[in-house]
Amino acid sequence: MTVQIWTYLFVGLTFALYLGIAWWSRVRDTQGFYVAGRGVPAAANGMATAADWMSAASFISMAGLISTMGYAGGVYLMGWTGGFVLLSLLLAPYLRKFGHFTVPDFVGDRYDSKVARIIAVLCALFVSFTYVAGQMRGVGVVFSRFLEVDVTVGVVIGMMIVFIYATLGGMKGITWTQVAQYWVLITAFMIPAIAISIKLTGTIMPQAGLGSELVGESVSLLSKLDGIQKEFGFGPYTEPFVGKWDKMNVFLVTLALMVGTAGLPHVIVRFYTVKTPRSARWSGFWALFFIAGLYLTAPAVAGFARYYMLESLNGTTEEQLPGWFHNWEQTGLILWYDNGDGQLRYSGGDDNEIFRAGSIGSAELSHISRDHQLWIDSKGLEGSDARALLSAKGLSGPDRDIIVLATPEMAELSNWIIAFVAAGGLAAALSTASGLLLVISSSVAHDLYYKVLNPRASEQKRLLVGRATIGVAVIVAGLFGIYPPAFVGQVVAFAFGLAAASFFPAIVLGIFWKRVGMIPAIAGMLSGIGLTAFYIIGTVFFGMEKWTLGLTAQGIDPQGIGAIGMFLNFAVTMILTPLFPAPEKRIQSLVDKVREPEGWSPPVDIEAGPEH
Amino acid sequence: MSTDITTPDTPDRESIEGTILRSYWRSNLYLMGMLLVVWAFVGLGCGVVWADYLNQWELPGTGYPLGFWFAQQGSILTFVLLILVYAILMNRLDKRHHEERDTLLPKEERGEESYTGEGI
Repeated sequence: MTVQIWTYLFVGLTFALYLGIAWWSRVRDTQGFYVAGRGVPAAANGMATAADWMSAASFISMAGLISTMGYAGGVYLMGWTGGFVLLSLLLAPYLRKFGHFTVPDFVGDRYDSKVARIIAVLCALFVSFTYVAGQMRGVGVVFSRFLEVDVTVGVVIGMMIVFIYATLGGMKGITWTQVAQYWVLITAFMIPAIAISIKLTGTIMPQAGLGSELVGESVSLLSKLDGIQKEFGFGPYTEPFVGKWDKMNVFLVTLALMVGTAGLPHVIVRFYTVKTPRSARWSGFWALFFIAGLYLTAPAVAGFARYYMLESLNGTTEEQLPGWFHNWEQTGLILWYDNGDGQLRYSGGDDNEIFRAGSIGSAELSHISRDHQLWIDSKGLEGSDARALLSAKGLSGPDRDIIVLATPEMAELSNWIIAFVAAGGLAAALSTASGLLLVISSSVAHDLYYKVLNPRASEQKRLLVGRATIGVAVIVAGLFGIYPPAFVGQVVAFAFGLAAASFFPAIVLGIFWKRVGMIPAIAGMLSGIGLTAFYIIGTVFFGMEKWTLGLTAQGIDPQGIGAIGMFLNFAVTMILTPLFPAPEKRIQSLVDKVREPEGWSPPVDIEAGPEH
Repeated sequence: MSTDITTPDTPDRESIEGTILRSYWRSNLYLMGMLLVVWAFVGLGCGVVWADYLNQWELPGTGYPLGFWFAQQGSILTFVLLILVYAILMNRLDKRHHEERDTLLPKEERGEESYTGEGI
């Protein structure tokens, strides 16, 4: 059977499974819709959180990023997992004891302010939409390569599936579907990793394989890789601070990603779906445990794929090129523009011949290729050198998404494994998209509509608004997938920075410092958001000079500014707090309740009552 | 200290509960602080700040340079362990303080259901 038939089979089977689960777990009330009736066991919630968290970016792009960045790729590994420690220790158990539906709920009630609530809602919406756009693009990439359908058709199918199970089952449907999606994506990630590890190092565990010696050689894979990297003009793979970031920037980016992770609304809300704070603690553990399965394997895949790519491509001729290269050449994720000697060279210098199409359209690309052929045939007299053109556009090297998706083909694995990876990529994208859509829905239907606009809305009406919001959000997300805005990649950094600079300090201070009142908290959030937004928009879109702040001569990378924004938020709030009145007794006793051992006094869950 | 406590009047009850709660919150903060120190030391310290220095050694028995290993493997393993330790110790702390209250203030006096650790 061909890869394509296998892919149709796997994608069809997994989609049928997701829909079946959605039907089985359909819900009728807002409790079930937003927090799965709080009846999800800790381990299952951990798996769902893991699937929710591991997006198309983690599954498809992260190993590729590490593969090209080497040591510095560790910022994503440390940032995205280290954030879970902050989340589990500082936020999750307390928010669960507080017992409401959403993050803006906590911010709004703790600081007793509609303004604070609305700021939180807007941040939650921005972060979620940024993220959803990326997921839908992931769905499009997988569909167009593996099923050879139009990206638009792929995105529409994905949208329909998410819409059905998210509106039918709400959080409950999404949670149980995500449990299934976790197993699909982790299996799809592990099988090729194990196979390629055995092939290169003879070790079954990829994590051990990366640190082992190559088969038939007495040199370790990493030191050989360091050597090859140097030979072709890249920085050594394992050496820190040789790439685009110095130590201070690596530190700030890691910290911003960690704190941003802890402040991501779609992850925090997962801890509301468990029965007790006790199980909230356990599901924090299970979540990171299941996430670590993929995050410990990704660096191995990255190292193996890097070695493979440099070794198998360099010096080959058109006839010797491996089959996977031709398959992926059609998608524009990897392109070869020869210098005329007929031998491929992938390097970090000016003689590099490997590029990617990026956002260049197919018409323009074939024009570039024609000109390049003319340039070679005429020995530089006519046409133009595509290599100079593309490297000026910053499109040197293959697209990072290719690393995971093409690894099974590189390792010459069976067709069904290649197809299964496609199903895994879809599972990763869909699970995250559905979790985010639910956050968008609860932000609009619960925080805006019910809490601000129409507090007397009936249960039925709120559920209807929730479902309708998901419908609208799916369509917006789908449009982002079909017509990806060029700025999506840059805006993701913004999502983390914003989450780090807004939610995290507001929630932490809300729990750990009773004295903090409304005005200092709002001032802190606004200054954190303001600084982060100003810096990212300024440097990324308007070419503003990067700030050094006396920390790094290189200038602070926009991805790391969230860490500075967080410190500013903390500082402003803490300086203003003594100058403003403490919150009312009612709020202070709410904080006391949140700090008690679980089950100490009756829960503060005012939403649970049937009259609400 | 038994006779007054088994038949408590209101202020006494409140002060006993207050003492238990304060000691609970202190232990909570202490545990959290210790775990966060480890978190920062391993993640931001070994993984970033000292990574170039640590890279001169290899993780024993493997070909991993040590700083690189901390950044891409060691820190993640540590984070998983930290949350595991936190879950175990905090749940034990919850239980101990419930037992303490149950000994000092029998539950008939409080007129509430006792703590089972399941559901709310």
